Amino acid sequence: MSTTEPVEAMTEPWDELETPPTVVRRLAGTAPIVPKDSIAGRSLAVVVAIMTFLASLTTGAAMLVVGAASDWQSEVSREVTIQVRPAPGRNIDTDVRAASDIARATPGIAEIHAFTKEESARLVEPWLGAGLSMDDLPIPRLIVVKVAPGTRPDLAALGQLLTTRVPPASLDDHRRWIERMRTMAETAVFACIAVMTLVWVVTVLSVTFATRGVMATNRPIVEVLHYVGATDAFISSQFQRHFLILGFKGGAIGGGIAILLFAVLEAAKAWFAGTPAGDEVAGLFGSLSIGVAGYLAIALQIIFMAMVTAFASRRTVNGTLQSID
Amino acid sequence: MIRFENVGLRYGLGPEVLRDLNFAVNGHSFQFLTGPSGAGKTSLLRLMLLSLRPSRGLVHMFDQDTATLSKNGRANLRRRIGIVFQDFRLLDHLTTYENVALPLRVLGKEEADYRAEVVELLQWVGLGDRMGALPPILSGGEKQRAAIARAVIARPQLLLADEPTGNVDPSLGQRLLRLFIELNKSGTAVVIATHDIALMDEYDARRLVLHEGRLHVYD
Repeated sequence: MSTTEPVEAMTEPWDELETPPTVVRRLAGTAPIVPKDSIAGRSLAVVVAIMTFLASLTTGAAMLVVGAASDWQSEVSREVTIQVRPAPGRNIDTDVRAASDIARATPGIAEIHAFTKEESARLVEPWLGAGLSMDDLPIPRLIVVKVAPGTRPDLAALGQLLTTRVPPASLDDHRRWIERMRTMAETAVFACIAVMTLVWVVTVLSVTFATRGVMATNRPIVEVLHYVGATDAFISSQFQRHFLILGFKGGAIGGGIAILLFAVLEAAKAWFAGTPAGDEVAGLFGSLSIGVAGYLAIALQIIFMAMVTAFASRRTVNGTLQSID
Repeated sequence: MIRFENVGLRYGLGPEVLRDLNFAVNGHSFQFLTGPSGAGKTSLLRLMLLSLRPSRGLVHMFDQDTATLSKNGRANLRRRIGIVFQDFRLLDHLTTYENVALPLRVLGKEEADYRAEVVELLQWVGLGDRMGALPPILSGGEKQRAAIARAVIARPQLLLADEPTGNVDPSLGQRLLRLFIELNKSGTAVVIATHDIALMDEYDARRLVLHEGRLHVYD
């Protein structure tokens, strides 16, 4: 082995080096090991915010549809109709009164409204025109019977009684209509749940892949931490905490906007209450409120989204460590 | 400190890149690890850093058989080793000070406890006025010194350096070598992987020469 001159003792060996201008961020301190503000991190927060917003909208919409479907069914099933047909040799007004009395005497009936001759004329006015003489036409009269909430009156017995005592009267309990309504409502609810599930699957997948993408830019940090002796648990926890906060921020923005939107919708319904448009919307969508359960569901979604982000980062870190070791 | 017995290494199903390695690195020793490009210097350093597992043979580090170590056990051993990479591997979002302090943070130490120590080391390597600077604005020599400071801040028993003078001019290379010698004098065993013959001629030290996957030791 050949050697040349021995190395001199180190006396200020760096004095002659060229020193570029220093950009001092801070003299000392402990910045987070995982950078807080990176372009990739901000992009991930935006992805989480958008996906949480969409998922929250879907969840809220599903809850509105489920609520409205339930309202439609209960509204229709709380009402039955007695139809009194004009019959030769019988006074229709007497028959209407008799049918009303029988219905009123039935347990579980809350309210009865027998349509007068004028009201009946107004009902057919759109088709037959105004100024119609009801005496000239054999138009049946209707009695709307409202069932008391929470009760189940014996409608079959009522129908039987009406047929026996007032032969021209018949009871329509809307069963066929209710069946169709139930099928439609169930289809709507199923479709909403299916769409919600799909949106959630897409949300989880997109957030997971976006997190993995961001984690790829952090691979050098994982490697350096590994080489300086950090345990896998330490490295995972650093990233998990960072991505939990990132996911929560994104989720809170997206979920927050969704909550705001539903709150505005609810307020708008109150502002437009009593107007024709407001009544139409109320009839179609019910209360237009997702209620406490809906807001709670969105809040839970925000937490869930943060957990998905953190879990995805942890898995990616573990995968990276596996590939390094 | 480190003992390799009949160690072989292959990547996947490929040929053995390192064969029948039998050598030891003793405490307080200084050695150059050399050989032509592609001879396996970095692979051997990674084996010593416990970043790779041998395909065969036994690797003993600090009197422990590394094959039987858990993940945490390997991390604990790695804390007794400092590593200087050819490409520095400083974290760009941390200041020089924070980069150097990283191994101590990983150990769970509080900043108040290690601050004076880090500042003193940075001054010793000539980076006293660059503590708040971020790596992208450091010169190549400054980055290398910061990387060396990070490698030794936790007082490792073994320092591994992969081509530490590969990216610097000969004059700076000599200065870095002096730094390694000073560290060795303070008790740290040093292994410098290099193919810079001029650098090795600067200091009379043991040479581990890799050639065609085999190691030849010149004491």
